[in-house]
Amino acid sequence: MKLNVNGSTHEVDADPATPLLYVLRNDLELNAAKFGCGLGQCGACTVMVDGKAIFSCLTPILLLEGREIKTVEGLGTIDSPGPMQQAFIEEQAAQCGYCIPGMMMRAQALLQSKPDASDAEIQTTLETNLCRCGTHMRILKAVKRARELMKTAAMAPASGERKV
Amino acid sequence: MKFGRFLTGLGALIVVGVAGAFVYAWKPKIAPIKPPDRGSFHQALVEHGAKLAAVGNCTACHTNPGGKSFAGGLTIPTPFGTIYSSNITPDAETGIGTWSEAAFQRAMREGVGRKGEHLYPAFPYDHFTNVSDDDNRALYAFLMTRQPVKATPPPNELPFPLNVRLVLAGWKMLFFRDGAYQVDASQSEEWNRGAYLVNGLGHCGACHTPRNALGAEKASLHLAGGEAEGWSAFALDGSSPAPVVWDKDSLYTYLRQGWHPDHGVANGPMGEVTGNLGLLPDSDIRAMATYIASIMGEPSAERRAKSDKLLEEIKSGPITSAISADPSASGGKGAVIYEAACAVCHENGRPQPFGGLDLRLSSTVHAPDAQNAINMVLYGLPAASGRTSAIMPGFADVLTNDQLNDLLGYLRQHFTDQPAWTDVVQRAADTRTGKYHVSVRPSDGIERGPSNIGAEDQ
Repeated sequence: MKLNVNGSTHEVDADPATPLLYVLRNDLELNAAKFGCGLGQCGACTVMVDGKAIFSCLTPILLLEGREIKTVEGLGTIDSPGPMQQAFIEEQAAQCGYCIPGMMMRAQALLQSKPDASDAEIQTTLETNLCRCGTHMRILKAVKRARELMKTAAMAPASGERKV
Repeated sequence: MKFGRFLTGLGALIVVGVAGAFVYAWKPKIAPIKPPDRGSFHQALVEHGAKLAAVGNCTACHTNPGGKSFAGGLTIPTPFGTIYSSNITPDAETGIGTWSEAAFQRAMREGVGRKGEHLYPAFPYDHFTNVSDDDNRALYAFLMTRQPVKATPPPNELPFPLNVRLVLAGWKMLFFRDGAYQVDASQSEEWNRGAYLVNGLGHCGACHTPRNALGAEKASLHLAGGEAEGWSAFALDGSSPAPVVWDKDSLYTYLRQGWHPDHGVANGPMGEVTGNLGLLPDSDIRAMATYIASIMGEPSAERRAKSDKLLEEIKSGPITSAISADPSASGGKGAVIYEAACAVCHENGRPQPFGGLDLRLSSTVHAPDAQNAINMVLYGLPAASGRTSAIMPGFADVLTNDQLNDLLGYLRQHFTDQPAWTDVVQRAADTRTGKYHVSVRPSDGIERGPSNIGAEDQ
């Protein structure tokens, strides 16, 4: 079946019951989303579908025909990180980094639909994503920074060209 | 001029009738008092009141999730319009600070506010009228010693004539009988204690009894299943949808700890109820279980045998589905979704309350209507704040209404002997648009300030 990931269409040869996470990592070699618990309880596998944050470990690809899937790879590149990535770098929010892609995608989904989300809304939204290192405060700071960077990026003529 | 005399007579009758109605409907104002000092209440009485307030689940309606305790302002949608709960903190200006104990007793017994205004029956005085004077005194002591909060709820949004409180006198005349609990001498003391708690302060029937067109509980269908905050409140009588028959012991366990291995975890507004009941002594919980078990009655031999057989089958693990997980097969799409999204928890053998329930045991999947199943799949069970609790992720952002219909079709076919639900797509659409306002609550009970992570109104 066909899957639309980060703006391009991929022909995937997999059982329709296969969770999206496995297809992303094994078939498409997009390794940002992580396997954590496999139960939708930790959030490490979070990606966006049609602008909403979902657990890719619990989502069979059967459900995704014709829908837009976005992963951290779709937020920017190493040379030209997107505002969410830039904010996480500037705040040095990662320790081991395993939860970070999930955190980023859930935060991205929130700020895309609600650019002025309050600090409390950010905290509540990220409730479903766990971090075992304890960098929560930095993660929250990074998302707040991303909230500002995304506004600047939205105003700038060429987005994603911010110099590090 | 016979006709003229008739008209005069009729006119006189109407005048007398209206005047009579006014006399019936009119309730005197009770003089305001200066808010009493904390020291004027015995600590033991306040503590007793705290337990009673937990039975009454007062906080569920009188506190906005994340707001100040008992300050009111919670949106309560009704078929007639929207009501906002009142501030029952002892603030003199905006709460009940100027209410004397007599005014509080009258509100509980008759559903009349201090100024003589009739109260809307969203405040379940049809149950609270059963509460004893002594218990009301303790409740009063508890509420009057809470932190006063200055907060005025938004005005109710009710159409004319329902916005005129005098019409409530008519409603009361039709449906409300005041009076303290009458002991049934033919029953045990424990049964009577249970009936007092269940039908009085506990007001279980407010959710679990169906209501008539005017919003009053149908007395002939006592605890036969109703609705609450966008959820079906399952029948507590012989028509309970539970696949394993309830008994006194399992009801006790469920009410005591908020879950039971054969029935799963309390969710929706019931999570608040079991959370609140945590304050009660075991003896009161046992009394409630005793009374509800008697309402459920003895199951038929056939039902008992089916229930026993199911418990035996459960022990040998999950069953293989007759429906192949192949999207092109009939029912196959639902099977695919179940296998990928649900089975990882619901068939992994982790025990209750933290594992997923084997859906052969689920009342939700066996229920007459699909509402609770839709709510569970869309919104899940949020995590409680700061403690271990059962959780389930929601799938609202993944599943379309058609896909949800595929999934629920499979669950009914594979896990129950019940007919398919036929209105899932429409119901799911109405649930998402907020036509059915759904309270989503964590399972461990009440999620009220200072932080509020889990509770949400959809």
